[in-house]
Amino acid sequence: MAQTEAELLDNPVAGHPTLILRSPDFHSITDAVAEPIERKTPIGWWLFFIPSVALLSILGVAVSWLFWEGIGIWGLNVPVGWSWDITNFVFWIGIGHAGTLISAILFLFRQTWRTSINRAAEAMTIFAVMCALIFPGIHVGRVWVAYWMFPLPNQMGTWPNFRSPLLWDVFAVSVYGTVSLLFWYVGLIPDLAMMRDRAKTRARKLAYGFFALGWRGSQRQWHHYESAYLVLAALATPLVLSVHSIVSMDFAVSVLPGWHTTIFPPYFVAGAIFSGFAMVLTLMVICRKVFRLEHIVTLRHFDYMAKIMLVTGSMVGFAYGTEFFTAWYSGNPYEFFTFLNRAGGPYAWAYWIMVSCNVISPQVFWFKKARTSIPILFVMSIIINIGMWFERFVIITTSLHRDFLPSAWGYFTPTMWDVACLLGSFGLFFTMFCLFVRFVPMVATSEVKTVLPQANPHGQPGPERESKVHRSDHGRGELAPEGAS
Amino acid sequence: MPFLVPQLPKGPNYGILAEFATPTDLYHACERVRDAGFTRWDAHTPFPVHGLSRAMGLRRSPLPWIVLGMGLTGAALGFVLQWWVHATAQPLVISGKPFFAWPAMIPVTFELGVLFAALGAVFGMLGLNRLPMHHHPLFRSKVFERVTDDAFFISIESWDPRFDPTATGKLLESLGARSVELLESE
Repeated sequence: MAQTEAELLDNPVAGHPTLILRSPDFHSITDAVAEPIERKTPIGWWLFFIPSVALLSILGVAVSWLFWEGIGIWGLNVPVGWSWDITNFVFWIGIGHAGTLISAILFLFRQTWRTSINRAAEAMTIFAVMCALIFPGIHVGRVWVAYWMFPLPNQMGTWPNFRSPLLWDVFAVSVYGTVSLLFWYVGLIPDLAMMRDRAKTRARKLAYGFFALGWRGSQRQWHHYESAYLVLAALATPLVLSVHSIVSMDFAVSVLPGWHTTIFPPYFVAGAIFSGFAMVLTLMVICRKVFRLEHIVTLRHFDYMAKIMLVTGSMVGFAYGTEFFTAWYSGNPYEFFTFLNRAGGPYAWAYWIMVSCNVISPQVFWFKKARTSIPILFVMSIIINIGMWFERFVIITTSLHRDFLPSAWGYFTPTMWDVACLLGSFGLFFTMFCLFVRFVPMVATSEVKTVLPQANPHGQPGPERESKVHRSDHGRGELAPEGAS
Repeated sequence: MPFLVPQLPKGPNYGILAEFATPTDLYHACERVRDAGFTRWDAHTPFPVHGLSRAMGLRRSPLPWIVLGMGLTGAALGFVLQWWVHATAQPLVISGKPFFAWPAMIPVTFELGVLFAALGAVFGMLGLNRLPMHHHPLFRSKVFERVTDDAFFISIESWDPRFDPTATGKLLESLGARSVELLESE
């Protein structure tokens, strides 16, 4: 290859950026994505899968003990009645935001680079929402009446309170989970058909064929399909913004100093995108290596994601500052005390972990070297997710642990069951993700193919056309569009 | 009602399947097939080819109207449910809020609107596309297996008024088809 990956990256504004490296033809994209699923299970996959299932079984034990014994097994007590449970909920639901952002918002803005990562990010979203849904489900204590959260006719003649943000949350998160699943599945149909058509065994043919619904790739089908995809993207965009806004209202609508603030909705949404991109990065760094997809998920994609993390991380940092300013400017002594207590009280250690992970460390992404260095990106993605977990911990626990009267002050310490639930939720997440990469095409081939230059029947504007002589050395002779006008 | 119309041609032949090498070839061939006045035909591609709907002369998809209808239904249902619960079925004073506190009802109204609209988009799309449909004469063709990989096809069905087993095949060959195949009905 004449140009290196770094050289291509150095010239992003000279017309159409090259999103997919090695100038592949359509068939090699199919192969690159489908072969890892068809090969014998690699050892590397087991190395991730077995520890994940081990963690998942910890979740099983922890949740069973919780159901048996009650939420007293957690470190919760007066005055801290919400801590790791809700922290984990907000943490996971936040991670679940990047998938829809990548698939819906970047789709509406015609950011074609999303095609390489959107499938995995959407899958990640669904698994993160599953992890998130566990916590409000189990933290209610009497889980056998958890169905009271839904407006179901019952013999008591009672209904849930629709004027409460906690109920808005039930609707927001369950609708978000459903719509994310639909969006992901619609995107999967053509690729499931691809797996069906490649299948060598009858079992595979039936399994993929069943879920491919008999897709024939016909233009009359694509016609409605593209319309549906566009509409779903347009629906998911306000939805994704609404979900974390509503999650933030769980706090903002209360009258507690530290929670009762109007900046919460945008601040939570920015934080959600920030942490979600970090998790996408963690997963994609591993996956592209394990499944040899370096030419499809390129450094350019990481470069773009790092820029988004720099922006959203700085927005989060700005929100931290605004909160402090507002607390001081409001003249409310309780509000100002809460914030001084956050930065200098017993939980100051957590506050400063949050600030250093979320605000200070992402500033390395001002440098292109950092944005295109896999080790730095990987380490940063983990630091950011630690920081974002601590953000939710700081918001929830420090606002609660010192009540209005000093007689009602306390200090929350997690028990081993708090830790087990958090670790266990990671087990669930990684188990699901391992199963996903093993059985489902993790790159949306029908979308990646559309960003190849030869996919455009009208010819490619810009420097792509000039480089077609160079490109046609590699493919199977059908690469550059001929007679393009 | 499109759902009541039979979906496959009767008779021994399903139609003709022609393979094209590139999206560009397919695009221009579609323009010619459209201009020749065929109505019961289709193009098959591994990915949505930009502008191919226009090259085939397809009308706009009615799907957005289904979605709009479903979305408004969902939102109305959500709003009426909340009004009914709090203002009529179980009027309880909670934190001093009015029974019919409509601003507090917007989030759930919005969420249910989005939920119904999304269901309308997905199931409306499947309905318009007549999916699931796991058996189809096209799947009998060996080359058609590559339709989800890297092959581009035009299929013209035998019940098209202009269909003729030899002349239509010749037309497709003259448009640059790599191979032309006559498919039997199931």
